[in-house]
Amino acid sequence: MLVVYLAALVLLFVTSFWRLNPLTQFIERTFTLQNYHQLLTESSFRTVAIRTVGMAAAVTLTDIALAFPVAYYAARIATPRVRNALLVAVVLPLWTSYLVRVFAWKTILEGGGPAQWLLQHIGLGGIRLTFSNWAIWIAFTYLWLPFVILPIYAALERIPPSYLEASGDLGARAGRTFRQVVWPLALPGVVAGSIFAFSLTLGDYITPELVGNTKFIGNIVSDKVGVIGDLPFAAAYCMVPVAIMAVYLFMARRLGAFEAL
Amino acid sequence: MAYRAATVSAAAGLSSAGVESRATRILLRLATWFVLAFLYLPLVIVMVYAFNESRSQNWPPSGFTTHWFGVTFGNEEFRAALWLSVKAALGATTVALLLGSAAAFAVHRFRFFGRNVVSFVLVLPIALPGILTGIALNSAINFSGIPFSLLTIIVGHATFCVVVVYNNVIARLRRSWGSIVEASMDLGADGWQTFRHVTLPNIATALVAGGLLAFALSFDEIIVTKFTAGAQETLPIFILNNIHRPRNRPLVNVVALVVIVASLIPVSLAQRLTQDRTSREVAARPSALEPAP
Repeated sequence: MLVVYLAALVLLFVTSFWRLNPLTQFIERTFTLQNYHQLLTESSFRTVAIRTVGMAAAVTLTDIALAFPVAYYAARIATPRVRNALLVAVVLPLWTSYLVRVFAWKTILEGGGPAQWLLQHIGLGGIRLTFSNWAIWIAFTYLWLPFVILPIYAALERIPPSYLEASGDLGARAGRTFRQVVWPLALPGVVAGSIFAFSLTLGDYITPELVGNTKFIGNIVSDKVGVIGDLPFAAAYCMVPVAIMAVYLFMARRLGAFEAL
Repeated sequence: MAYRAATVSAAAGLSSAGVESRATRILLRLATWFVLAFLYLPLVIVMVYAFNESRSQNWPPSGFTTHWFGVTFGNEEFRAALWLSVKAALGATTVALLLGSAAAFAVHRFRFFGRNVVSFVLVLPIALPGILTGIALNSAINFSGIPFSLLTIIVGHATFCVVVVYNNVIARLRRSWGSIVEASMDLGADGWQTFRHVTLPNIATALVAGGLLAFALSFDEIIVTKFTAGAQETLPIFILNNIHRPRNRPLVNVVALVVIVASLIPVSLAQRLTQDRTSREVAARPSALEPAP
């Protein structure tokens, strides 16, 4: 099983150096860098890659901003019973179908749907979320939020309360204690959570298709395989998120994120 | 006296009151409620739509009915998709139980060449973008000339289900192992008796929990399935195909509710079985993707 999977990955990597003959529609098994040349030089592919990375970064930052207060509340303020209930409540949505959760946002953001109804009732009827990058941003943020909360919680939980008291006793105010004690100790957890949000956004193709109208790396790859049958180019384009994640993971490791996973 | 009691409990880490101001606590609590509402409101809204009387998706619904449940369950395409998903999930769960527990035992008990590689490769289907796993398997299937079938779906799902079982079993082995097997052998039990009376009861709940989680994962999977199913229609693919048909939207709403309920049952069962350790083990859920995403 593992061997089949690894072999499939290696085969895919090799395929990325082949090319689809546009005339015969056959895949020519000779080594060429043409796919990589094309995806680096053609501006449309660069635009999509930049859009995907930008979206991944925006989603990651939003998720951290939403996750941190919840994780902090669970780790330091909630009673043990509330904490357990809260953690289960955070994890549970992950287990409901991914597709259904995307579908839920499609339903909410559609024209005439609950979001538009709400916006109209609070006097913001002019805002159009349907099939926009905002919709994609909201849906991604929603999908990966639990993945970000858990590692931050784990990191915060490990901070001994006495550290915070010591900081206070030494005269630091709340803001300074947070900046100089809590944040540095929580950082590995934050980075660990960001890995999930970032990499999952990079590889997704269903969400943009359902709630948005712009293409992301995953959509191009999926179209190239499914519609055109250009597997070599799809394979090469797939290596973009893989390379980005490799760099990201390397930096995350230096920040100690792996110990926090 | 009271002062002393307070310092003692603070020193023991029992009380951390007073570090955060009252306002901070209230703000944090509000933020937590906001996030919980954000997490659950969309699911509630989808479930409300399942009872929507009209085909229109406008909010608020004009009236409520259970009519669409009957229509959905009477739909041949839906029933075929549901049955295919159940078969695929059962198959993937079986494979995951066998391979996942075997891998967990091997990694836990033996030091062998490539041991770290095994645990690394097991996590790959979760760590890599789901679409990569999808097209890799897709091209491997095309390359080998095997036709798309239930088997190819099961193989695709098993890649990420194995790790769920593996995580659960190895967590249990690390926790409750120690010298218990040696004790059993010392008391004269042979290998089979030890397995039957000591090992199996010890890991049984971890196996069941891992199996249930694997089932739930497989049942929902879409990102890899789209590339390994060929023309077959699993339940998630049924949803995806019908989202774009406005006529069938009420059916999709009902199926969404069914899927939410159906995936929460095995997960809450798994949670019971692992009790206090749950939050960690359930948290080991891969992406949709898994990973998938």
